[in-house]
Amino acid sequence: MDVTLPRRRLCFGLAAALVAASSLITTSTLAQPTFITIASTTSTEQSGLFKEMLPAFTKATGIEPRVVALGTGQALDMGRRGDADVVFVHDQVAEEKFVADGFGVQRLEVMYNDFVIVGPRVDPAKARGKDVLEGLRRIAAARAPFASRADKSGTHAAELRYWQAAGIDLGKEKGPWYRETGSGMGPTLNTASGLNAYALADRGTWLAFKNRGDLDIVVEGDQRLFNQYGVMLVNPAKHPHVKKDAGQKFVDWVVSPAGQSVIAAYSIGGQQLFFPNAKPRAEPARR
Amino acid sequence: MFEIFASLQAAWALVNGADPALARIVALSLELSLAAALLGAAIGLPLGALVAVGRFPGRRAVIVALNALLGLPSVVVGLLVYLMLSRAGPLGSWGLLFTPTAIVMAQSLLVAPIVAALARQTCEDAWRDYEEQLTSLGVSRARAVPTLLWDARYSLLTTVLAGFGRAASEVGAVMIVGGNIDGVTRVMTTAIALETSKGDLPLALALGFVLILVVLVVNAAAYGLREWSVRRHG
Repeated sequence: MDVTLPRRRLCFGLAAALVAASSLITTSTLAQPTFITIASTTSTEQSGLFKEMLPAFTKATGIEPRVVALGTGQALDMGRRGDADVVFVHDQVAEEKFVADGFGVQRLEVMYNDFVIVGPRVDPAKARGKDVLEGLRRIAAARAPFASRADKSGTHAAELRYWQAAGIDLGKEKGPWYRETGSGMGPTLNTASGLNAYALADRGTWLAFKNRGDLDIVVEGDQRLFNQYGVMLVNPAKHPHVKKDAGQKFVDWVVSPAGQSVIAAYSIGGQQLFFPNAKPRAEPARR
Repeated sequence: MFEIFASLQAAWALVNGADPALARIVALSLELSLAAALLGAAIGLPLGALVAVGRFPGRRAVIVALNALLGLPSVVVGLLVYLMLSRAGPLGSWGLLFTPTAIVMAQSLLVAPIVAALARQTCEDAWRDYEEQLTSLGVSRARAVPTLLWDARYSLLTTVLAGFGRAASEVGAVMIVGGNIDGVTRVMTTAIALETSKGDLPLALALGFVLILVVLVVNAAAYGLREWSVRRHG
């Protein structure tokens, strides 16, 4: 039995495997134009807004934006760890804390949409109406199934604020009717659709959502359902590798008339999803 | 039932339509999973064979650990790789997070134990058959490793294919370390997860059928290669 031949063949085979593996990896990472990493929310991605908006930005600047879509809490955490150049999210309280803690440079308001409560068309809790707090009180009183994001997202933070404002102590009232999915907006809507449960959703994701089953909007139009989006550059002073110039270009573009008009133009089935409301800036971009 | 049928039709349309975006996603999936399977094999095969023939203290514990790693939770691997590659982590300066390379790293970590555990079993069985012969030839245990691997190459091909299957079907770790970035790190599985999130279940399932087709083609190719090789070399 020859024992040297197999060894040579095998060593050759293993070396070939390594070379093949590394060439497979490098071919897919070579030749990149300037890119920036944007930590954003599932609502901007899953509603289809980014598909419309990002190519326009690339056309204007030549910069390739790479979006990682997470819940707002997770997206801010990505910025805090320095894994993103720009954060584009919707939870004003958390965003202001992010900037105050020195992780973001400056928070700029970009656009808004609104939250809606969706629920079974037959509305067993009789929550239908314009008043979000009254709607939630009725859902809790009826112990009607409610699907909560429970993932520290902007939508989850807003939901918790509404329960509190409605005077409902979830700690005490929480029961089998209150389902914490711990997942994104889409998966939570899938759960709500399957259980015929109520849920708080941003209108953008709802409009783009296809697996609605028996669900429909039951509460909308309340002033308090306003949902503001903000954008900020991750602080290069904290994370020196942040692509400051390219990132700032994105921030500047989103709040510029060009960026704002792209946002205004995006609609699904004739319904506008996001309403640009960046303030005209008194001072030119800093730095 | 009707929905599944509709998905099959949609899958057929996707394959027929040759949508360039889909083609890119399929190509990336294939490329990264093959790279991970090869890397995992390069680590796992020698490791498994060494454990098979080796006699060292704690060998049983190593075997149990290897077998247990077959059930390694992918989310845990994803988190570990994420924390290593994050800018705040030890390898942060490499800037690899959210790149295809990060995906291959996570996938290889999942594939290597599978290959090692299965190769260990295969080589141990082969060792039982050849031990006497090889020792009488004066071959040391370490030097018997390549002989065993070569001799068992056809069974080990299946092992590597199992590793490829794990890599190609992986979603949890790939989502965490890749970030599912459109055009950069979006692979079949994360695309399926995204369409599921959007509530487009028929499209998600259609993509799933395409993925199954890809895995089937790879396995068919490996089988063909094996047949050809057996006929040629015996």
